Amino acid sequence: MKKLINDVANVVKEQLEGMALAHPELTVRYKPTFLCRADAPIKGKVALVSGGGSGHEPMHGGFVGQGMLDGACPGEVFTSPTPDQMVACAKAVDGGAGVLFLVKNYTGDVMNFEMAAELVAADGIKVQNILIDDDVAVKDSLWTAGRRGVGTTVLAEKIVGAAAEAGYDLDRCADLCRKVNQYGRSFGVALTSCTVPAAGKPTFDLGETEVEMGIGIHGEPGTHRSPIAPVDVLARYAAEQIIDDPAYTRTVREWDGAGWADKVLTDEPFARGDQVIAFVNSMGGTPVAELYAVYRTLAAVCEEKGLTIVRNLIGPYITSLDMQGFSITLLKVDPEILKFWDAPVKTPGLVR
Amino acid sequence: MHKSQILDWLRRLDQVYTEKKDYLTDLDAAIGDADHGINMTRGFAKVMEKLPEVADKDIATILKTVGMTLMSSVGGASGPLYGTFWLKGGLAVDGKEALSAEDFLRMIEAGVDGIRQRGRPEPGDKTMYDLWAPVVAALKTRAGNGDDVAALVAAILPVAAKALADTIPLQARKGRASYLGERSIGHQDPGATSSYYMLETLNEALA
Repeated sequence: MKKLINDVANVVKEQLEGMALAHPELTVRYKPTFLCRADAPIKGKVALVSGGGSGHEPMHGGFVGQGMLDGACPGEVFTSPTPDQMVACAKAVDGGAGVLFLVKNYTGDVMNFEMAAELVAADGIKVQNILIDDDVAVKDSLWTAGRRGVGTTVLAEKIVGAAAEAGYDLDRCADLCRKVNQYGRSFGVALTSCTVPAAGKPTFDLGETEVEMGIGIHGEPGTHRSPIAPVDVLARYAAEQIIDDPAYTRTVREWDGAGWADKVLTDEPFARGDQVIAFVNSMGGTPVAELYAVYRTLAAVCEEKGLTIVRNLIGPYITSLDMQGFSITLLKVDPEILKFWDAPVKTPGLVR
Repeated sequence: MHKSQILDWLRRLDQVYTEKKDYLTDLDAAIGDADHGINMTRGFAKVMEKLPEVADKDIATILKTVGMTLMSSVGGASGPLYGTFWLKGGLAVDGKEALSAEDFLRMIEAGVDGIRQRGRPEPGDKTMYDLWAPVVAALKTRAGNGDDVAALVAAILPVAAKALADTIPLQARKGRASYLGERSIGHQDPGATSSYYMLETLNEALA
């Protein structure tokens, strides 16, 4: 393992220390660990908090700032953060309008954020948890933990962050976040494994001439392995998995003010005439130039399928350590979503 | 079962998780995200730091401290699940300085109920619940026999070992392993394995 680290046990802490030095507009706290806007809490504004395992930078810490997240809770590498972090962060950023937890659908993240919501609500703070579950590589929700939260998370943090900045209350932020999640779909492809610092070796073995289709963002396996193919073939496959994905139904749990309530949600498939934001993401080890080769094919497939790309985002935004590979996210937009996508944002990881 | 035995149990558990760190992580790498050994070791290192502060308190306080510590240091899915187990287990034996067989059953039952509420597992999902469900059933069957806790634990250890092995052919339907579909078949569940060590070390501590 070759990595720019000191002691493996201090990887996350030392990276956060560097981030705090580089970005005085953020406050970084330890014991428990979280980041927040230095100007938090902002009175009367809904506070957006996300979090998850580290190793996906710039998500989430790099998206803390004006027009996006108020706070983020980094866990150990690829390990969900803990409820005490989330509660401390929520209390630091709540400006009286409540806290929206944006949660990627992984068993650990979901359970920790549910405990946090219970604790935050017990302290009299309004709270809601909205799940992001957009990875179409996971076909069914009945026999799995459901679709994983991947690329749509970045877009949701941007869009809902702008809505909160514009004065949306907690319910409207939650509704918008749920809508963005239901309008977004993603698919990832890995060319190599990633190496978790504490493990010291690649998470899985992938042959020199193989790719893993439908990869998650923690090196968890995809749907199948294929021989390496030209980018046109790989990008087309990913794009078609997303665009041809049928309706998807699952049950999510949301906080009803006193307890957890099951909610059945169905995401409708894309349709000809839809306008979309196209997001081509690097898994960390793939250079940006190659992402443009992916985008070239994606644009052609979208045109064939009758989708109009109205905005794009290209670069490493939700990574998987040093993994080579890419993911595509398509998000159907309406005027509300587009307006907040276009709103200003000023964070270490995304500026406009 | 005396307080000193519970403290001994926790120390043994810390040792076992340290010894089995790579093994648990390898089991997790096969069907999950390769961090279970790392997380359990980190969590119990924190428990060992906290233990001196509460070692002279009652059993419930000790168990609740273990739960709170794991909840705030383990992360992942095992943090909330084990955190809830020890916390609820502790609450079930409030004020006790020693545990009878009935107390012990109540503690385990409350802890496992906590796991069930938090994770909502079904039997056969290939989770730690597949170890705990048959263990609780076996404990209930034997609890009225007049066994003390040591005899009870010794008697149910083979049940636990069988339940652990029985996770191997299961297809995961919860957690990250569920994304593997059929590829999760043939691997022992890491969470059930770390749960098995709880009973194995308890048996040693009571011997």
